[in-house]
Amino acid sequence: MVVAEATVASDRVAAAWRVLRDVMDPEIPVLSIVDLGIVRFVREERSGEDSEATLHVGLAPTYSGCPATEVIRGSVERALARAGFARVKIENVLSPPWTSEWVTAEGRRKLLAFGIAPPQEPVSSPRRLFGETTVHCPRCGSEATERISEFGSTPCKAHYRCTECLEPFDYFKCI
Amino acid sequence: MSDARLQYVLRLADTSLVLGQRLAEWVGHAPALEEDLGLANVSLDLIGQARLLLTYAGEIEGRGRTEDDLAMSRDQSDYLNLAMAEQPNGDFACTIVRQFLIDAFQLELYEALQQSKDARLAEIAAKALKETRYHVRYSASWMVRLGDGTEESHRRTQEALNNLWRYTQEFFAADAVDEEMARAGIAPVLAELAPRWSARVDEVLREATLQRPVDTPYSWHGKRGDHTEHLGYLLAEMQFLHRAYPGATW
Repeated sequence: MVVAEATVASDRVAAAWRVLRDVMDPEIPVLSIVDLGIVRFVREERSGEDSEATLHVGLAPTYSGCPATEVIRGSVERALARAGFARVKIENVLSPPWTSEWVTAEGRRKLLAFGIAPPQEPVSSPRRLFGETTVHCPRCGSEATERISEFGSTPCKAHYRCTECLEPFDYFKCI
Repeated sequence: MSDARLQYVLRLADTSLVLGQRLAEWVGHAPALEEDLGLANVSLDLIGQARLLLTYAGEIEGRGRTEDDLAMSRDQSDYLNLAMAEQPNGDFACTIVRQFLIDAFQLELYEALQQSKDARLAEIAAKALKETRYHVRYSASWMVRLGDGTEESHRRTQEALNNLWRYTQEFFAADAVDEEMARAGIAPVLAELAPRWSARVDEVLREATLQRPVDTPYSWHGKRGDHTEHLGYLLAEMQFLHRAYPGATW
C-alpha cells in the first residue's frame, strides 16, 4: 500500500493546528499542548482508493509514565471530532524524546503568569555540568530560592521555595 | 535470536515494573509529603518505561499479547526482573538503598542502550535515561542525607546496604541471553558497565560515610525466573483485580 504524504500544510492541517492550540494540558490548564511542545506533527495521509484522508497527529509524551498522556490523547480526539475531522490517528512519538526546550516562548510566559517557574536554561548549558540551576521565584523574581524536592505535584515539576518572599512554588524541570 | 531478544526486553520491562510497583506501595505512607510525591513520581516513570517495553515485548512475541496481558497474566516464574527490584520496601533507608543501587545501574544501562542496534530499544532507552538522571539524583542525595545524618539513620542505612548488597551481583552476571544480545550489538557487555557503576556507587558511599560491603555468592536468578520469596506476594496483590475480573476496564 502506497501512502501519499501531503507535506505541504493544507488548509485542513492548518485548521487542525488551530484546534490543537485550544487543547489544554489537564494538569497545567493555562498551557495548551502546542505551548508544551508535545505536538510533533500534523499531516494528512490518503491511502489507496479511500476518498477521505486520515489526519495523523504525532504526540510526544513528556514523561513515560505521565498519567496526563492518556487524557491528552482523548482530548485531542474529541476536539478534532468536534471540529469535523472524522478520521484521526494519534501516533506516539518517542524519538527524539521530548525535552523542556520545546516549551514555546509563549508557553514559558504563561507558566510564569500562572505561578510556575519555567524551565530556565537549555539542557545543553555548560552550567548544568556542575548541577547548578538558578531558579527565579515566579512571584517576586528573587534568585534566592531553594529546592524542597526534586519531584513536585506532577512528573514535570520540582518543588521549590523562595527564601525572600517565603512562598513555595513549582518549577517546571529541565529534561 | 527473537527468543533471546524477547527475554532481554522482558528483563528490562519486569525490573522497571516490579520496582515501580514496590515504590507505589509507599503512596500515603512515606515519612513526609515530599517523599510521598517523590517516590510516586519515580514509580510512575518506571511503570511508564515498563509499558513501553512490555508493548514491544508483546510485538516481538507475536502472539497478540498486550502490555496488560504480559503484566497481569504472567506467573512468578515467567517474570524476569532482577531479584533486587522485588525486595521489600522495609524502612525508608532500605527503599532508598535499593533505589540508588538500581538507579545507578539503569543509568549506565540506558546510556549504553541508546547505541543499541535495535532502534526501538534505543529510543526507549533515550527517553528512560532522561528520567533516570532525576531518579539517581534523588536517591543519591538521600543516601548522603541518611548515611551522613544521625547515628540512627546511619546505622539503618548501613544495615540496609549490608542486606541488599548481595543482590547487586546479578546486575552484571551475563548469561546466554545477555551474551547473545551483546554479540548482536543490541545490548552492552554487562561486565563493561560494572566499573562505571562501581565508581559512582563508591563516590556516593564515601560522601555518605557508608562502608561498601563485600561481594558474596548468591543462589537466585531473577533474570531467569528463579526468584526470592517476595515476588509472589507482590504479584498476588498487583494481579488480583485482573485475575478476579479478567478484562475489566474503567
